[in-house]
Amino acid sequence: MATNTPSVFLLMINGQIEGANFPEYDELYCKYCFVYGHDWAPTSGLEEGISQITSKGRNSPHTLVWNFPLEITFKSTNPFGWPQIVVSVYGPDTFGNDVVRGYGATHIPITPGQHTRTIPMFVPESTSRLQKFTSWLLGRRPEFTDPKVVALGEGREVTRVRSQGYVSLSFNIVSKDMKRLGYDTTPTETAQTSSHTHAAGIGPGDQPYSL
Amino acid sequence: MASSSDLREKLRKKRRALQHSLQVKDDVDADTQALVPTQKEAGQTHIEVLTAGEEEPGDALRRNLKAQRQSRRRKLEQAPAGDASVMEAHYKTMVEVTAVQQISQKDEKAEELAVISSPTHSQRGDLPPRSRATPTPSSSHSESSTMRQRMRDKLRAARSKAESLLQQEASLEVPGSRLQSLRDRQPLTRFDQETDPDLKAGGDVNPSPLNPRVKFREAVRRVRMESKPETGLPTAEEAYNFFTFNFDPEHDKEAEKIQKGRTRREAEYEEGEEEEGEEEEGEEEEITEVDREPDGEDAERDDSAPLVREEEELFIVDKSAHDFLVVKRAEYMGYQQRLQSENDVLFTPSFLSVPASSKVPENMQPRYLEEEGLYVGERPPISLTNQNILENRILKQEQGRKWFGDDGRIMALPDPIKESSTRPPLFHMEDDVDPALQAIFRKALKSKHASQYIAVGGEMNGDYQLDVDVSGLIFSHHALFSREHVLGARLAQLYDQQLSRQHRNLTEHLNTKLNGLRNAVRNMLEMHAGHGLTPIMQQRICEYKQELRNTRRLRDAEQDKDRSLLKSIIKVWKEIKALRDFQRFTNTPYKLYLRREDVERASDERRYEAEIQAEVDELQGEMEEDYQRKLTEYKRQQEEWKTWRRRQKAKKKKTKKKKTQSQDDADEDDDEDDLSDGVAELGPSKPDPPEEPDMEGVEEQVREKASRIRRKPGEPILVPELTASGPITSNEQCPRGEVARREDVTKRSLFTKVLYNDKEVSRTDNRSLNSDFRVHFGQIFNLKIVNWPESIKLQVFEVLGSSTTLLADVFVPVPDSSILTGSALSEELEFSSNLRVMFDHEAVGSDVPFSFEADGSNRQTLLTSGKLSCCVSWAVGEDNIPLAPPTTLPKAMYSGLKQLDAIACIGASSLNDMKKLGEWATESRLDPNDPNNSAIMQLLKVASSGVVTAPEYFRLEQLQEEFNFVKEENLEQSRRFRLLRLRNQEVADFRNYKFVPALEREVTDKVFQEYERRLREGVIVDTKDHLDAHRALVAKYLQKIRESIFNRFLVAKHNFILSDLVQEEEVPTIGILGLNLFKLAEPKRPLKPRRKERKKVTAQNLSDGDIRLLLNVIRAYNIPVRKPYANKPSVASKSSRSFTETFTAGQPSQRAIQGSDWILNQVQVRPFVEVSFQRTVLQTTTADGPNPCWNEDLQLPFSAPNGDYSTASLQSVKDEVFINIFDEFYYELGGEGEDRGREVHTRLEKHWLGSVKIPFSTIYFQSRIDGTFKVDTPQVLLGYSKERSLSSDGGYDTMRSLNEGAFITLFITIEPQLVPGEPIREKFESQESERLLQVSEAFERDAATRYPDRPCLTTVIDINGKTVFITRYIRPLKPPQELLDAFPNNPQEATELIARYVSLIPSLPDSVSFTGVCDLWSTCDQFLALLAGDEEEHAVLLCNYFLSLGMKAWLIIGTAIPEGPTAYVLTFEQNRYLIWNPSSGQCYGQYDTFCPLQTVGCLVSADNVWFNTQVYTSPPRICFDTTKAKLWKPFFSRAIPNPGLSSVQPEELAYRRTDQAAAAALQDRMEKILKDKIMEWRPRHPTRWNRYCTSTLRQFLPKLELSGGRDVADEHRLELQTLLGDYRISGFPLHLPFSEVRPIVEAVYSTGVHNVETSNVEFALAVRLKCR
Repeated sequence: MATNTPSVFLLMINGQIEGANFPEYDELYCKYCFVYGHDWAPTSGLEEGISQITSKGRNSPHTLVWNFPLEITFKSTNPFGWPQIVVSVYGPDTFGNDVVRGYGATHIPITPGQHTRTIPMFVPESTSRLQKFTSWLLGRRPEFTDPKVVALGEGREVTRVRSQGYVSLSFNIVSKDMKRLGYDTTPTETAQTSSHTHAAGIGPGDQPYSL
Repeated sequence: MASSSDLREKLRKKRRALQHSLQVKDDVDADTQALVPTQKEAGQTHIEVLTAGEEEPGDALRRNLKAQRQSRRRKLEQAPAGDASVMEAHYKTMVEVTAVQQISQKDEKAEELAVISSPTHSQRGDLPPRSRATPTPSSSHSESSTMRQRMRDKLRAARSKAESLLQQEASLEVPGSRLQSLRDRQPLTRFDQETDPDLKAGGDVNPSPLNPRVKFREAVRRVRMESKPETGLPTAEEAYNFFTFNFDPEHDKEAEKIQKGRTRREAEYEEGEEEEGEEEEGEEEEITEVDREPDGEDAERDDSAPLVREEEELFIVDKSAHDFLVVKRAEYMGYQQRLQSENDVLFTPSFLSVPASSKVPENMQPRYLEEEGLYVGERPPISLTNQNILENRILKQEQGRKWFGDDGRIMALPDPIKESSTRPPLFHMEDDVDPALQAIFRKALKSKHASQYIAVGGEMNGDYQLDVDVSGLIFSHHALFSREHVLGARLAQLYDQQLSRQHRNLTEHLNTKLNGLRNAVRNMLEMHAGHGLTPIMQQRICEYKQELRNTRRLRDAEQDKDRSLLKSIIKVWKEIKALRDFQRFTNTPYKLYLRREDVERASDERRYEAEIQAEVDELQGEMEEDYQRKLTEYKRQQEEWKTWRRRQKAKKKKTKKKKTQSQDDADEDDDEDDLSDGVAELGPSKPDPPEEPDMEGVEEQVREKASRIRRKPGEPILVPELTASGPITSNEQCPRGEVARREDVTKRSLFTKVLYNDKEVSRTDNRSLNSDFRVHFGQIFNLKIVNWPESIKLQVFEVLGSSTTLLADVFVPVPDSSILTGSALSEELEFSSNLRVMFDHEAVGSDVPFSFEADGSNRQTLLTSGKLSCCVSWAVGEDNIPLAPPTTLPKAMYSGLKQLDAIACIGASSLNDMKKLGEWATESRLDPNDPNNSAIMQLLKVASSGVVTAPEYFRLEQLQEEFNFVKEENLEQSRRFRLLRLRNQEVADFRNYKFVPALEREVTDKVFQEYERRLREGVIVDTKDHLDAHRALVAKYLQKIRESIFNRFLVAKHNFILSDLVQEEEVPTIGILGLNLFKLAEPKRPLKPRRKERKKVTAQNLSDGDIRLLLNVIRAYNIPVRKPYANKPSVASKSSRSFTETFTAGQPSQRAIQGSDWILNQVQVRPFVEVSFQRTVLQTTTADGPNPCWNEDLQLPFSAPNGDYSTASLQSVKDEVFINIFDEFYYELGGEGEDRGREVHTRLEKHWLGSVKIPFSTIYFQSRIDGTFKVDTPQVLLGYSKERSLSSDGGYDTMRSLNEGAFITLFITIEPQLVPGEPIREKFESQESERLLQVSEAFERDAATRYPDRPCLTTVIDINGKTVFITRYIRPLKPPQELLDAFPNNPQEATELIARYVSLIPSLPDSVSFTGVCDLWSTCDQFLALLAGDEEEHAVLLCNYFLSLGMKAWLIIGTAIPEGPTAYVLTFEQNRYLIWNPSSGQCYGQYDTFCPLQTVGCLVSADNVWFNTQVYTSPPRICFDTTKAKLWKPFFSRAIPNPGLSSVQPEELAYRRTDQAAAAALQDRMEKILKDKIMEWRPRHPTRWNRYCTSTLRQFLPKLELSGGRDVADEHRLELQTLLGDYRISGFPLHLPFSEVRPIVEAVYSTGVHNVETSNVEFALAVRLKCR
């Protein structure tokens, strides 16, 4: 193990899919998976997961809480293809068929620290009214062939989607050796250290103006 | 409840008083009337309960009554606490009263209010209708109304009385009266509908929205009551009451209590109840009485209350079961009641202002402190309504009055809000705040969008403003012009011209110039008169003279123009005058005066003469000069001529000499002479001397010209003056036509639109057209511009009535930035319109010919035209800054920015050609000192010096370089970036490269080695992998094509369609629905199950292990059977088997005999099927006999190369599925050692019998393969014999004989079903004519729509990617001569041989090599060169060979198993059609059941394509006669004749002889490789090779080859047997076309020969390579 010059950097993600806000639906569960580039590989943790079914609480009639933990560590050589988390939410429709309620994706935050993300969700639309009706009737709504589609830009122009609710996620990011490899994702780090020294006296106002 | 006891007391008193009053007023009608319904109601209740309860009637009644009573009492008790629900209309009045009383408690002044308010309330109710609606079943209307009247009177009286009474006794009365009312409640609930209206009528305070309903209900009831009075049955009303009655459950408990002492006192109590009922009836009166006799009431109440309490105690004694169950009517609370109850509970403060008297303590006047001179602060502002509401609310409370001050207003602190801010101002200590954080005020800036639009340069950053001044327009012609107008306009025009000329005074200018020049010349001549002129001087003089001449010519022209202008002015004026005389009215105000300026005759004449003289002199001088020049020229020519002449003469002399010398050559000499003469003629002719100039003539000419163009000396100068002051004849004196015209003129008006960059920005007002056809607008538009001015346009519109017509567009040039508003001159821009307008009056119209003459001759046509005078300039800002965009600012010219573009500097962007500009500049002799020209001079200087050149390129991202953090070369050198880049480009080697190292040094060069080598050695052939150089070349070539097509495919791959991304259920059509319905009726487990269609999966989200290959091995026929080891062969010589025999089946009988010989002692074959795919091997169970049936499912996992499950990758999977049939062979070994004889060891051996191989790509594209396949059995199977059909008889012989060989029925599919990639729909370029392409497209489309399952091909793509018509591929081609020579007398044999030859060319499916599913067709020569191709190429080649043999042959485009869409060859001979499988060389009869061809789509010959339009598609069921138009639709028909397409095939195929030596070497190599392989596959066993056997085999192989593999088996075996003696042999020859080593190795492996594990096994292997 070359300590001074590492060849990979590590990105550790702890967090959870906290919950969702789907005003009209109830009893939803969600799936998540990660989409990442060629230069990335998960070293530990679960790459995919499926949560429990949750119902809306009496006190909070709008929020569905999963608190579904995410824990994964990636190693990579190249920030290109930075991992994205794809969340897809499913739940029963009026006839009890399990249908998709939303797809959403977001990049894992690049800076270490705690982050919360609220992802707007969407579902593909039926191609025609008739399709819509039959899909509603039969409980087979249009779905993406692969949820990972929502993390990719290619081919999206042929789809039409409808937005639908939000999912909130929280992340705690720890990265290792990023800086050693020349990827500085914490621009304020130097500033923080300097301000830390002055913190007692002057306060946050006197951060040196740095480019 | 402190007050409850005395309340009860009061109640009692009141009741007593009531009883008393009842007795007193017993005879009063009203009371009894009120009583009657209630009593009856009680009865009804009784009945009702009876029916409902089905119990002891008395008991029920009792209970009922009791309950009612109880509840009533309870309510009474509750009432003082204030929590009782109030349900009666009556109460409302009581509220009013209590309110009054409450007020009166505090202040007697409130009295008035109460008095006023209660009557208003009572009167609000509509009395007359109410009384009408009141149900009085037993009494008449009049009575009730009178009663009501009485009551009302009483009420009023009582109220007025109450007011006075209230003053005296206040507090006691209030609760009493309220209680009273509360007591009344219960009866009202009980008899709700009956009494309610009554009470309402009495109380009359119910603001009732429900009145109508109640009325209706009551009316109904009344009717019913009248119809059947007192039947004793429950009426509808009763029913209603039953359901709506308020069974108050709360009373139950008390009912229980009361029940205790109930039984004892039943009868007594009933009476009491009655009484009480009566009491209650009297309630109406009560109100009045309450007021009238408060004292008595009190006393009575005291009595009644204890009575009730006593009863309670009494009731506790006993109880029955019934007592616990209380059956009551449902309690219904009417809407009104609820409203009332709510009114009771809820308090809505009124927003009316409260009288001051109620707010101050009693007997006190409001005291105003302000009036007393004390300071009262300003109260906070509150709206009056809110204040009133608050006050009312406060007053409602107890001790509410303490909130009010002395002045009767709510106490309030003065307004707490200070007028001025008291917050201490924030003082910024300048030092404290970090300067970086200091906020600096800046004035808000408007965002500038300028940079996109107007290039902002320099410091000018302001607004730009264009001022467009539209001052007016003048028509030079208008449709409404009269003739006079036309002339007038012409006159005016001429006059304008004249004026402008006068203004410019060019003539004078030129005159002066002329004089100046003359002087200069004269001076020069004079100065240098003495000495000779220097050449420079001479040059200059010459130039001057030239100039003089030019100037003079110009002056003459100008003078001429002046003169003619003057003449025409006068002429037009005369015409006008004539016209005016003719038409006898005047239309135009024009008047021309000719001012005459007299000149002094003498001096004038003198000047004139001098002028003429000077001119004459000059002319003479010029002529002289000219003459001189000509003369010198003449002389020179003369000289030349002379010398030439002399030479000629000399020549002639010579010739003459010659002549004398030889007479013989006389003729020649003559010729020569002639020749020389001819030469002389060609030489310079004798020049004519120039004429002497005619000096006198010159003067004459000058004079003549002068008289023509100049004023005569002494003649006065005529100056025309045009005025518009003449009178216009008034309308009355004009003829009708003219009047109509004038009227028309007045109707018209004009306006102008201003368009900036083709967008309308403004328009002028409408201005009416004057009779002089001038319109004055005089409007200035200030355009604030953002966009760069491209065009400024003014549109002139004419308005007539409501219609607007566009007359003309006038384009105004964008002004130079130096043109500013103040200084700009107004321009006159001409416009014209070609609108044709005609009138029936005097107006001449536009674009209409008219004439001035009376006879209509000399017609002319005029178009509407005119001049618009306008001025466009840049505005000037406040500080005199021109608001013009900076690019055109002259001062920007020298700024550093602008120097880049020299052309832009001068603002002449349209001038591109520097050279031309320069030429023009020198030509026009621009004055370099003129400041006007400085820009151009500067430009020219710059341009010629070449220091600055206009950029020749256009750069989009000028700043790109700044963003390049590393140099391009460094980027190129970086291996890591290169890797990343290559990966991004999806270069095959790096497509899915994982983990590009993070650091440069970790990227090894090794990564690129392979790639670079491939790039470098693109052309160099590598023979390492291939045994044959030629093959290697072909492989390379294919690789290249593959790459190019793959690149094309890559582009297409990134185009997604919806189904790639979104999975959506298809809308079920009616057909599907119907089918589904039909399915419901289907048996759950049908006897003959059918395979269902499965859902397709796009190969996107798949991973290893997801895909499996499903293989259902059903059964097999004709498996070879084991042959006993007979020492004696039953040999029949087969060498002479003829071709015909194969078809006509000569052998069966013989075979049958042969078979029957050994059938008896036949050793059974135990076949099983082993399937191997991607080195996974699965096998079925072992079956018995030659026709086994397995019906087993095998599942083989599939893994795509590199785990890439994309469509492209799947398509290029080259793996094949091998289905091998083996014979399981038990081989018994004796036991070992002592166990011998007791134990038997058996060894299992498997002997390969045959195989079927199906490429994965075929399965992938077909998605399912279902059918019976011919098993590829070796020609010779040692130890086995092919079973002949034993039961063959007559009719089937033909068929069976053809079907010799084993067959296996299979079903193969992929699970899940994969969607094969969409073919790239690309339009390829083509050399076919457009029309042919269109027709073929239409043909194919039509075929596809009508018969979607029949393949139809008319155009195909050749190897260069061009579309080629299919018939071009068919052309007779000669097969190799040696094939023809082989059987010179037997054409059948020859054809078979040819088919075999063709089939031996290796097959390579396009889909494997060309992933994009482009089906490429190569021509036969290409095919033979590549030695690889798929079915189409084989078929084409075979077809061409057949054609060359003179056979009738067609190409069949159809589908077959397992290939799918494919091409076969059809031949017609001996009146039967034969179908040839080109890739196997097999031929089938049309009626062959095992023919793999399933569908015939179309037939292709050299000159036409026929599409199958028959009902069926399978070969046995269709007719191949293409002449039948009903069955076959031809492509070329009479409508579209065949244009005579030439073939793309070569004239002749050149066959190369293969290098036999190389072949032999290859053969050896291959043998070695195979031997090595076999040893490699047997790692645990020694592999011994039997050399002897091998050599024998080697001898056999050529024989096999020669015989075509037919019927040598027995000989073969025998021979081997004799050679090898006691060996038990199993083996076979494999016959494979050779392309690469790998497939051969694979084929050998799949036979499993190497798996023999007998300890003493010996192997023998021989390879024979036959090359042609």
